[in-house]
Amino acid sequence: MNDPEIPANEVTPESVFLRRRFFMKASIWAGSTLATAGLYRAFSPRSDVKNTGAAISTIPETMPQIPLGANDKPNTFSEIAGYNNYYEFSTDKYEVAAKARNFVTNHWSLEVGGLVQKPRTFGLEDLLKMDAIERTYRFRCVEGWSMVIPWVGFPLSRLLAMVEPMSQATHVAFETYYDIKQMPESPYAGIDLPYVEGLRLDEAMHPLTLMATGLYGKTLPNQNGAPVRLVVPWKYGFKSIKSVVKITLTDRQPPTTWNLAGPEEYGFYSNVNPTVNHPRWSQARERRIGEGGMRETLMFNGYAEQVAHLYAGMDLRRNF
Amino acid sequence: MAMTLSADTHFQRKIVFFNGLLPALLLILDSWRGKLGANPLEFVTRTTGVLTLVFLVLTLLVTPLRKIFGWNWLLKQRRLIGLLAFFYGFVHLLAYIVGDRDWRVLSIPDDVSKRPFIAIGMASLFLMVPLAITSTNAMIKRLGGKRWALLHRLTYLVAIGGVVHYYMIVKSDIRYPVLFGIAIAVLLGYRAWVAWKKPNKPPAGPKES
Repeated sequence: MNDPEIPANEVTPESVFLRRRFFMKASIWAGSTLATAGLYRAFSPRSDVKNTGAAISTIPETMPQIPLGANDKPNTFSEIAGYNNYYEFSTDKYEVAAKARNFVTNHWSLEVGGLVQKPRTFGLEDLLKMDAIERTYRFRCVEGWSMVIPWVGFPLSRLLAMVEPMSQATHVAFETYYDIKQMPESPYAGIDLPYVEGLRLDEAMHPLTLMATGLYGKTLPNQNGAPVRLVVPWKYGFKSIKSVVKITLTDRQPPTTWNLAGPEEYGFYSNVNPTVNHPRWSQARERRIGEGGMRETLMFNGYAEQVAHLYAGMDLRRNF
Repeated sequence: MAMTLSADTHFQRKIVFFNGLLPALLLILDSWRGKLGANPLEFVTRTTGVLTLVFLVLTLLVTPLRKIFGWNWLLKQRRLIGLLAFFYGFVHLLAYIVGDRDWRVLSIPDDVSKRPFIAIGMASLFLMVPLAITSTNAMIKRLGGKRWALLHRLTYLVAIGGVVHYYMIVKSDIRYPVLFGIAIAVLLGYRAWVAWKKPNKPPAGPKES
């Protein structure tokens, strides 16, 4: 019934009212759906990664390849380059690739010094000139996942031999490049930067210890630690420091980033060890990226035959 | 029927329900397209955990929005928002059982006893069970409004437990857990402030019906 005070020609006809109502509802449907989906997408970005590196030529391996297990299939490039821990760029493993896209690594120099006879600064071209070999290693992250990665690089021992360590040198300290302008999210990483790592000299000289300049036959993607990184396959991944700018030979155990951040959670050695659990999770098993189930973690990540002698007589529970 | 949209409870419910399930639909879609990244189970676990907290914050937001802006129509959707939080929490638990426990259900008690953040998360989720069960109209009637409201204040504990759980698992970048912590502190602080300003004892005298 119409209110007699309102002239009949000003009353909205029911059909117009219903149409307007339908339009409003449709707008709310569309608007809210777009907003929700947009928010969801903004907080869970998915980006594909492409291998844009330059090809590196490799020479045949000089030492017998460490055989991979029958069930160790190399991970795909997009798995290796799309799921990275590189806290200087982002603490979200899925986002590092995008955040590191514009990382400039030209004019790189790697300073090798400390207790050495011939300290030397290597340019990127010097490093890429070193005879490169391909080594496919298992890679076990302390977080409980693992991959198989075909690295390209050269043994660290060759680099160290060039600078001639002094007899009193017992350890090797490593440092990652750090520039807040290139790494604007780094203040939120929650760890002290620049990232530092360290090895005992005998660990550093071990033939398995690699300086990687590439993977899958091409130069390293930024998110994997371009242009040159350490790879220590029998230790948790965080020991394999990325984008190295400084190597210092020293006569004492150097500080290491994660040990400083959580000494009860991350030890200096950080050898892969299924019998010593991280305080917040078990290390007995691991998820191989790309697989549904989980598998047993191997002592020294399956490299016990090659490296166990380095730790003979040591209590690995205390020296975790 | 000349009904304003703010009175169209049925329409609002459909909107809340659809938008609430939209993230789950997108997760399923991405999973089907193989777009969940290198570690899909970890991604599902993390995403559903965060979504649980998001919907918990949204339920806690209803009262302040009603009191400050008079959006009383929100009240009718609050139980649905709470159920969405429970839904994502439950999927989060499933993802943990599949992804973290690798289906070994019997290893869960040991895991709960060894890892405090798991225990807190588990406890928070279990506190949501009675709330989900009593979310029907019949249950409100059966319990009586006052008692029902009192029981559902457990939501405060669930939200606090959820944020503590999140804070404890993050390795070092604490921005997100701290953000959720601030949101929940503000929303609970608002309630405390209202209660402090206006003592909730009804004035003495004959009760009106």
